[in-house]
Amino acid sequence: MANSDCIVIQGSNMAECHPVAYQWVTEAKLRGARVIHVDPRFTRTSAVADRHIPIRAGSDVILLGALINHVLTTETYFRDYVQAYTNATMLVSDDFQDTEDLGGVFSGYDPETGQYDLTSWAYKSRAAGEEKVGEPGPEEHGAEQAAVAEGQAYGSGGPPLDHALIERDPTMTDPRCVLQVLRRHYARYTPALVTEVCGIGREDFDYLARSIVENSGRERTTMFAYAVGWTQHSLGAQFIRTSAILQLLMGNVGRPGGGIMALRGHASIQGASDIPTLFNLLPGYLPMPVAGKHESLGQYLEAVFSKRQKGFWTKADTYMVSLLKAWWGDAAQPDNDFCYDYLPRLNGNHNTYQSVMDMIAGTVKGYFLLGQNPAVGSAHGRMQRFGMANLDWLVVRDINLIESATWWKDGPEIASGEMETDKIATEVFFLPAANHAEKDGTFTQTQRMLQWHFKAVEPPGDARSDLWFSYVLGQKIRERLAGSTDPVDRPLLDLTWDYPQDEHGEPDADAILREVNGTYLTGEKAGQALPGFVELKADGSTASGCWIYSGVYAGEVNRSKNKVPDAEQSWVAPDWGWAWPMNRRILYNRASADPQGRPWSERKAYVWWDEEQGTWVGHDVPDFPVTTDPAYRPADTATGPDALAGDDPFIMQADGKGWLFAPKGMIDGPMPTHYEPQESPVDNALYPQQRNPSRLVYPRKDNLTAPSAGDPGVDVYPYVATTYRLTEHHTAGAMSRWLPYLSELQPEFFCEVSPELAAERGLENGGWATLISPRSAIEARVLVTERMTPLVVGGRTVHQIGMPYHWGVGGTGAVVQGDSANDLLGVTLDPNVSIQESKVSSVDIQPGRRPHGADLLRLVQDYQSRSGITVMTGNDRLEDAEEREEAR
Amino acid sequence: MSISTSPAEWGKGVRSMLRDSMDAHFWKNQLSGPTDPAQDAAWPDPPPRKGFFTDTSICIGCKACEVACKEWNQLPMDNIGMTGNSYDNTGHLGANTWRHVAFVEQSAEHIAQARVAGARLVELGMPRVRDAAVGSPDAGLPRADAGLPRATAMNSSRAVPSGLPLDGPGTRAALPSESSERDTPTNGLDPGRVALTRPGEEDASAMQWAAEQALAEGTVPDFRWLIASDVCKHCTHAGCLDVCPTGALFRTEFGTVVVQDEVCNGCGYCVAACPFGVIDKRKDPTTTGAARQVEIGIANKCTLCYDRISLDAKPACAQACPTTSIQFGDLDEMRERARERVEALHANGFTEARLYGANPNDGVGGTGSVFLLLDEPEVYGLPPDPIVTTHDLPDIFRKAGLAGLTMLAGAAVSFLGRGNS
Repeated sequence: MANSDCIVIQGSNMAECHPVAYQWVTEAKLRGARVIHVDPRFTRTSAVADRHIPIRAGSDVILLGALINHVLTTETYFRDYVQAYTNATMLVSDDFQDTEDLGGVFSGYDPETGQYDLTSWAYKSRAAGEEKVGEPGPEEHGAEQAAVAEGQAYGSGGPPLDHALIERDPTMTDPRCVLQVLRRHYARYTPALVTEVCGIGREDFDYLARSIVENSGRERTTMFAYAVGWTQHSLGAQFIRTSAILQLLMGNVGRPGGGIMALRGHASIQGASDIPTLFNLLPGYLPMPVAGKHESLGQYLEAVFSKRQKGFWTKADTYMVSLLKAWWGDAAQPDNDFCYDYLPRLNGNHNTYQSVMDMIAGTVKGYFLLGQNPAVGSAHGRMQRFGMANLDWLVVRDINLIESATWWKDGPEIASGEMETDKIATEVFFLPAANHAEKDGTFTQTQRMLQWHFKAVEPPGDARSDLWFSYVLGQKIRERLAGSTDPVDRPLLDLTWDYPQDEHGEPDADAILREVNGTYLTGEKAGQALPGFVELKADGSTASGCWIYSGVYAGEVNRSKNKVPDAEQSWVAPDWGWAWPMNRRILYNRASADPQGRPWSERKAYVWWDEEQGTWVGHDVPDFPVTTDPAYRPADTATGPDALAGDDPFIMQADGKGWLFAPKGMIDGPMPTHYEPQESPVDNALYPQQRNPSRLVYPRKDNLTAPSAGDPGVDVYPYVATTYRLTEHHTAGAMSRWLPYLSELQPEFFCEVSPELAAERGLENGGWATLISPRSAIEARVLVTERMTPLVVGGRTVHQIGMPYHWGVGGTGAVVQGDSANDLLGVTLDPNVSIQESKVSSVDIQPGRRPHGADLLRLVQDYQSRSGITVMTGNDRLEDAEEREEAR
Repeated sequence: MSISTSPAEWGKGVRSMLRDSMDAHFWKNQLSGPTDPAQDAAWPDPPPRKGFFTDTSICIGCKACEVACKEWNQLPMDNIGMTGNSYDNTGHLGANTWRHVAFVEQSAEHIAQARVAGARLVELGMPRVRDAAVGSPDAGLPRADAGLPRATAMNSSRAVPSGLPLDGPGTRAALPSESSERDTPTNGLDPGRVALTRPGEEDASAMQWAAEQALAEGTVPDFRWLIASDVCKHCTHAGCLDVCPTGALFRTEFGTVVVQDEVCNGCGYCVAACPFGVIDKRKDPTTTGAARQVEIGIANKCTLCYDRISLDAKPACAQACPTTSIQFGDLDEMRERARERVEALHANGFTEARLYGANPNDGVGGTGSVFLLLDEPEVYGLPPDPIVTTHDLPDIFRKAGLAGLTMLAGAAVSFLGRGNS
């Protein structure tokens, strides 16, 4: 970030939520960079930015789409980059129809499933005998992909294509070429629309557009930084895609100070998707197999990639087999598909919200909460607690007695009388956990960088690390199963489960990291740590717990422990920590040089082709086959890495290019389109289709949706609420509300309102307010501040209310408590990744404290009846067909 | 905490003090005016004076300074409760809070006022930090090449990115030199319409003009949030130190002022004497949240981490601050950085930037904690013209002496009148 000339922070409150990382933005600013903060609220980030642009929560696709339209219309995009490095020149099939043609949906929408058949979005093929470039294996319907939140599988490599022989128009004038399709799609995203829909004035839009244009190109780069202000929407993945398209058009990807910085929200949450804690992924973003579809290793691999596509994802067989060898060691052999059958299979969408609903339905019996506090931190707090109340058993491992461990005696439903402690049958276990200074291990953060944290003290009393817990639990289960002849026990009994343990039983974290890195299993190097994933084989001669981490232990050195100070190394600082893959600090960095291999400019030189040596060289590890000449063009029969041309910087994409148009991989549209959130007081100004037609909805009596624009009853919940974090607290509060020094900084749950809204509702600064949604009602202190601005959207004033979500009711030993903002939210999910829409919902606010007990439930029901909402409200997939016809 | 001075060193200190006492300048600046406080306190060969430069223009209000200070010093919690005053629930410095972050929300009108008032200060030749050559005509004035003021991005190619490499690719040194290639000013301020006066003498009035122009054209931002981390000033002439009857408060070799918990008797004189309202007595007997047993009833304040800086470490707040808003080092260097930063901000149209505590001729002889503020001190809850209570002692004694002499003279005269009856 320090190398950036312009940083746009949007969907993020970086200074408050990533204060230590923010030092790099401060550094960039001291070097002359411009910092722009686009956010519904004026926050501490806005205070140190050059400009704050207030935006209506949920309208980001309009703003970013208008920027795309602007650079295309004014021809200020980085043409040389776009033509060579993106799929702008590729032709889209004639069957494709845009949202402009169909009133807000793309071709292929299937109203039965609420998802798309993606085949009409395919590229035009130039291979003999076929019109479209399909996907490997049997074609997958969008519904199947939504069922497994397949979008998450593209964390390291793009979606697979059957091959990369695509029809192209190098002049980019063919109406079916991606650039023209893109242009047409965003033609109505004008600055006037931005004012109407986002509430952003013309001057602010021009400033933003000018800043990006003037700071992109050969000599300068612009960066976007985002966090959950973009992800937590019912089309969150598309928000990010829109910025990716813009950044590709401006030539900012793969360049120093450019790109898109995904600001992840915990010390190691990047690690939580790399070595996943996600239901649908295996380590390194290999997808979890699906029952009935991936019955053998061969079938599975066929679906994951095609041998004929370009790039390094064609080596996924080596990654998968090495993973299986790491898990099942000698038991994994070629003749048993390397124990592939031992892997569990998905038979539905097991995302966390679905799982909670399954708990209520009684099909999920047990729950492990490891450093997670869903009673406070997950959307729809009531549903979370009712789910836990219906379990057979619940295990909570945490450093404090969090609300998710004590809801059965002191949660809000006990207070309201909806639950009685004696009648809750869940057996709750609390196991104290060691914190990060009491155990060894790594964090993997936003920069994909692994950093070792060293154990400083022994954990107190019975507290133990998560490694200890998982490992010892596994040992005990295996002891119980020892000698079993039942084949269902073999996956556990055949696991390699033999780490060294210290005198406390703590497994050696260093040994585990080494196993993740991987080793040679046979040959003269047997037993040695692998130098990197290029060495992985599909014949069982290598093992690696996570292919993208391979190299962290190269040369038998734990490189995550590297801590060479920045003053003692180059500005890229490769000797601090270790970033995957292969310690590359900027991905796709071949794009920092022009098609001939020369840096776009001296100022932004990063990696380049050295003609004499015949290799790529530079400040970072080149993210490209190091001896591939820029002039190299592969034969049509080439495959895998050999099929990468000298100008294919996107080495993990099936066609080697950055995708402006996504024929696969985004199941709710190949290009982002604006839809209103699930709950919105505003009509979709672009299309009759109000909301994302592919969003995942859960029509249930305990999950009612507020009326939106045009529905009767829309004025019952007239205000837009958004949730967020404060610097002083951490997520659901387990690590901050139990600490005196943090608790006294922000002791009480409060909401932020504008002076105009305060006047409208009679709210007083420092007073109390009750907030009501279709799900629940909570109370909060009131902070009246000009930092919240009413916006004029579609001719009406939209008030936004902000709420930090750190407080909970109950828990033992917390210094401060308060109602939970998440109790107000419902569950509607993005179809690509199953993330909830926390960032925008509809509420009412009234002065005064809330009622208690049965009165509280009556208040909520009162509002529900007044608004006339039913289980079906807001859950229609397609808007009225007649209206759509009219729009055509 | 105690000072260890050998009898020999003490003797050396007394002798040097006796020597200095022959110097009129020494006496003149014992209670006010520029001086080296560690030397005045008879430290033989003290190290260079240490202090803070708090650049509030880059503070992100994270309060890491508040927490790091409390953790290092194992201080108790203060009141628990939301104040309703922006994000400031701490309120003020006190016995248990030695760093306090203030939050001030301001609308466009206030910002414009601050900008214009700042420009006037520049015009008046507001006293600035002097260079080594006191009274040098260039001291403190903006450099000739400061460039035309533009109400644009707060950028500065001259600001020091502390703690990071200054050379090499990707750093300031690799930037193209400031030239006409740089993007034209935005915010609608057309450079053609800015008065093209030569910088230098007319620089101040050009800044004033630009500030007023910015307000008229609406290029003053709609809103801003001032955020500043306050701390003990470690004054050159410290009121608390001067009035302490027990000697609990003492001047360290670094020029800082520290309370010795085991000596303080809780008289509270220091509380009244501090012009900034920093030091206070610890009243709450519950000491909630303190990691160690703390004394009730005694006075407490920031020690400028005497224990840390004695080992060449940075104070806890400076160490924790992620953006280098809180900088620590030799006070001379802190003042120099502060001056450069103010100039850089002025050169870019932020005429409201000014220093606080940097002037050795102010009422406390300058402080060991220099601040860069973006508005009047009162806006931040700081006294605009702090004067140490002992500042006027010579004057008071003179007047008292004169009054005494007058009384004696009057008595003598009255005797004269009766002498011959």
